[in-house]
Amino acid sequence: MKHNINEILKSSQQLSRRTLLVAGFQIGIIAALGARMRFLQVKEAEKYRLLAEENRINVRLLPPARGIMFDREGRAIAENVPNYRVIMVREDTSDVEAVLSKLQQLIFIEPKDLEKARKELGQRSAFVPVTITQNITWEDFAKVAANSPALPGILTEVGLSRTYPQKENLAHVIGYVGPVSDYYLDRTKDPDPLLQIPRFQVGKTGVEAQMEQSLRGSAGHQRIEVNAVGRVMRELERTEGEQGATIKLTINSKIQNFVLARMDGLSASAVVIDCESGDLLAVGSSPSFDPNLFVRGISTDDYSGLRNDIFGPLRAKAVQGTYAPASTFKMMTALAALEDGVLSAEDTFFCPGHFEVSNNRFHCWKRRGHGTMNVADSIIQSCDVFFYEVGQKVGIDKISAMARRFGLGEHHNLPLSAVSRGVAPTREWKKKSFGKSWLLGDTVNASIGQGYVLASPLQLAVMAARLGTGRALQPRLIQSINDEQMPLGAGAPLDVDPEHLAIVQKAMFGVSNSKVGTAFSKRIISQDLRMSGKTGTAQVRRITAEERATGVIRNEDLPWEKRDHALFVDYAPHDNPKVAVAVVVEHGGGGSSVAAPIARDITLFALTGKMPDLDHYPAGVRKKIRSDQKNLAPKLIDWNSVSTSGQSKT
Amino acid sequence: MSYLEYNLASVPVGFRKILALNWPIIFLLTAISGVGFVMLYSVSGGVIERWSQPQMQRFFIGMIGLLVVAMVPIWFWRNMSFLAYSIAVLFLVAVEFVGVAGMGAQRWLDLGFIRLQPSEIMKIGLVLVLAAYYDWLPLERTSRPLWVLFPIILILIPVFLVLRQPDLGTALLLIMGGGAIMFLAGVHWAYFATVIGSSFGVIVVVFQSRDTAWQLLKNYQYTRIDTFLDPDRDPLGAGYHITQAKIALGSGGWTGRGFMQGTQSQLNFLPEKHTDFIFTTLSEEFGFIGSISLLGLYTLVVVFCITSAFGNKDRFSALLTLGIGITFFLFFAVNIAMVTGLAPVVGVPLPLVSYGGSAMLIILLGFGLMQSAHVHRPRPKQK
Repeated sequence: MKHNINEILKSSQQLSRRTLLVAGFQIGIIAALGARMRFLQVKEAEKYRLLAEENRINVRLLPPARGIMFDREGRAIAENVPNYRVIMVREDTSDVEAVLSKLQQLIFIEPKDLEKARKELGQRSAFVPVTITQNITWEDFAKVAANSPALPGILTEVGLSRTYPQKENLAHVIGYVGPVSDYYLDRTKDPDPLLQIPRFQVGKTGVEAQMEQSLRGSAGHQRIEVNAVGRVMRELERTEGEQGATIKLTINSKIQNFVLARMDGLSASAVVIDCESGDLLAVGSSPSFDPNLFVRGISTDDYSGLRNDIFGPLRAKAVQGTYAPASTFKMMTALAALEDGVLSAEDTFFCPGHFEVSNNRFHCWKRRGHGTMNVADSIIQSCDVFFYEVGQKVGIDKISAMARRFGLGEHHNLPLSAVSRGVAPTREWKKKSFGKSWLLGDTVNASIGQGYVLASPLQLAVMAARLGTGRALQPRLIQSINDEQMPLGAGAPLDVDPEHLAIVQKAMFGVSNSKVGTAFSKRIISQDLRMSGKTGTAQVRRITAEERATGVIRNEDLPWEKRDHALFVDYAPHDNPKVAVAVVVEHGGGGSSVAAPIARDITLFALTGKMPDLDHYPAGVRKKIRSDQKNLAPKLIDWNSVSTSGQSKT
Repeated sequence: MSYLEYNLASVPVGFRKILALNWPIIFLLTAISGVGFVMLYSVSGGVIERWSQPQMQRFFIGMIGLLVVAMVPIWFWRNMSFLAYSIAVLFLVAVEFVGVAGMGAQRWLDLGFIRLQPSEIMKIGLVLVLAAYYDWLPLERTSRPLWVLFPIILILIPVFLVLRQPDLGTALLLIMGGGAIMFLAGVHWAYFATVIGSSFGVIVVVFQSRDTAWQLLKNYQYTRIDTFLDPDRDPLGAGYHITQAKIALGSGGWTGRGFMQGTQSQLNFLPEKHTDFIFTTLSEEFGFIGSISLLGLYTLVVVFCITSAFGNKDRFSALLTLGIGITFFLFFAVNIAMVTGLAPVVGVPLPLVSYGGSAMLIILLGFGLMQSAHVHRPRPKQK
């Protein structure tokens, strides 16, 4: 192109002008960028430094070891054992399947666990450890650990898991732990961050649940540096948590074990109380279950098996179950009448075998009647008609008031699940609960512990202990928490005339030790161990007039669920009570024939601390007792297998 | 003015050309690239082979390319301008059909021995063709509509192709770079006022088209604009880049957290920390002092380009030098604006520092052209 010199000059000038404009614009932009950097890096530096730290540092909770539990003699009830696990980190291996099949050659892995692990391995990030199998034996664990060089990506880990070494023995008392549920998390006001840990174990029932706050301990924490995808780069700081409290129960697991073994095969429950301290030595419900199943995650089959068992192994019958106390309630009626003055020790009534009130006929268990009876006779022989008469005279409100002094219809505050209050009925109570007026017939029924009266075996045991000692004994389940002793439940003297109490005590002695007593054949003959007791047979069905006419059907001829409940309460030794016992056998039949022998054996075991000597039994039954004891012995726990406090099991 | 009418006797020949190079620019480019090597070493966690070493090799190759291009007389490059532009357009068309997807967009052209980013070539190609055009065009025609329309078409062809990839960042850089050269060449003010005015109109239309059948941008581009306007809207999703980048920048403070001590980059909180977001690592580890120093180096490059252009009486050479400078400026300004949260995240690398072969080679070759213009600039006749 030809350009003249003017054009060149013109072009050059114009270019320079525009260049300056553009350069100015550029400098403006650069200045803005510089200002922005200064703003972010100098003025806002603090804020962003903080955000960077928040990005980088994660606080992780370290779950504390759960508090352990012992019985009164230091035998382990609930402890934490090492849980040997095999875990896998996917990114550390090139061929997951090859490593897994090598691992399977080494140890047995449940196909179910393996499938679950495979699925998780596929879903989680490559660096997240996935549990392949857990709760493996130490031998398997050692095998895997020894072969780790050949198993890239496989790691062994030891955690803690809850275990109940006594298995079925204390299931209903201590309950069990399980992973905290979403439902619970939604409801609870408990702000403990530990609960937010996935599958964190909390007490679900029993002492585990009720003493959760003490047992849980407090969380430790760990400050860790993480990268953007959450991989842990290093640990910056670590504070260990505090283990939960060590709890010592008042339970004597040997007695508990005997109680359960003695009731084996029955749907029954029994409570043993120490009469000096109120300590619960045994709280047994039969059949029981193994709480360890729940900790590991119970299978559907196992669970429905427990659920569908008509004997209700999951129910803590001893404290949750309520039964008509039947004749064991007669002492209450007697004491109420003696206190009211409508009855004196010498007053007699004639028992013809039945009793008429407002056109209803109430029957005595003895069809032909007991004849002339005073209060002691009627307790010893368990005459119903006597108490129909007396109960009617004294009235329900006074009977129930007396019952409440002995703990019936009262709530015993124990760290157990669903402790029943039972019922000591009053007129007002019936009006409120049913909207109906109290009838005379109700009093007649209640006076022999039937009808509206309901009590749990625990309450019956407390009643027996209070009758035996004359003190308002309080049951106690926790002996100490971290060696700090809990208050004793010895209780103050009861507000009952000692003379009246003596009449009843003497009668209860007669039940077991007088020839006409309903439990005479189940007596203890050793002078210093003799017991006082009372039988009870709770009717669970209505006996019609027609049936009475043809003869009441015997228990053995009835379907199980229609048979009578068998009850027995006692305390021993009769003159200086050490233990009180209540036994309820659901649909067991007669209190004398079924419940009394169980209570006698339990009483003897509790007093002597070992399998009762045959010398304590009347000569006539020793042969049978010997064979019974032989059958029972294998059901007892080998205590060498259970660790005791101060000694740790490896 | 062209060399056809100029006395060439004073232009250095042979190896004397090396002495005539604009050495300050070469030093600056080396220094900036050096910063890049250091930062790439840091973000790789101390693994030099990962990014730092390949980058050095490319810089070395690029530097040789720069010198070779600089030795060749500028009039040769002027004659090649249209050809270079045409080849770049062809590549852009080719990438439509055989492009390799990277980061969700079709941008690469795999030639077997090298993976090429045709949009990078176009940045230089466009500067070349526009400079040649305005050198050829008689001055009085510069602002005539027909002669204005032609360079606009030259700009819009590659813009259209790049937008289809889709690469909004490069498209905007091409428009801004091309527009700047037209402005420098003396096109009348009114045209620019019209274009800027109508761009606002377009922006309005683009946003109006959202969620309709004729939606003009991809959804990811809309969300990027959304999160630019309000990064807190989606801190773990779309706004994550900007949020983390700002945290990294801000936490650097005055002096930074120290080499390889930046938690944001070392712990991978920063996205694309070795490419588009590498500036944040520099800021985090070397603080305000480090980042403002790098900005200073960049500014000096632009300043030296302008000085060189002022001293060059050849219209093509001056326009080319300014065009290269502006392209370079747009690169780093948009990138820094982007990572400091002043502009949307559009995917523009930090020139010479971000990891990437094409960009480094193209930038160095571009400066090779600028050096050629500098070496072969017309000098006053020696008596």
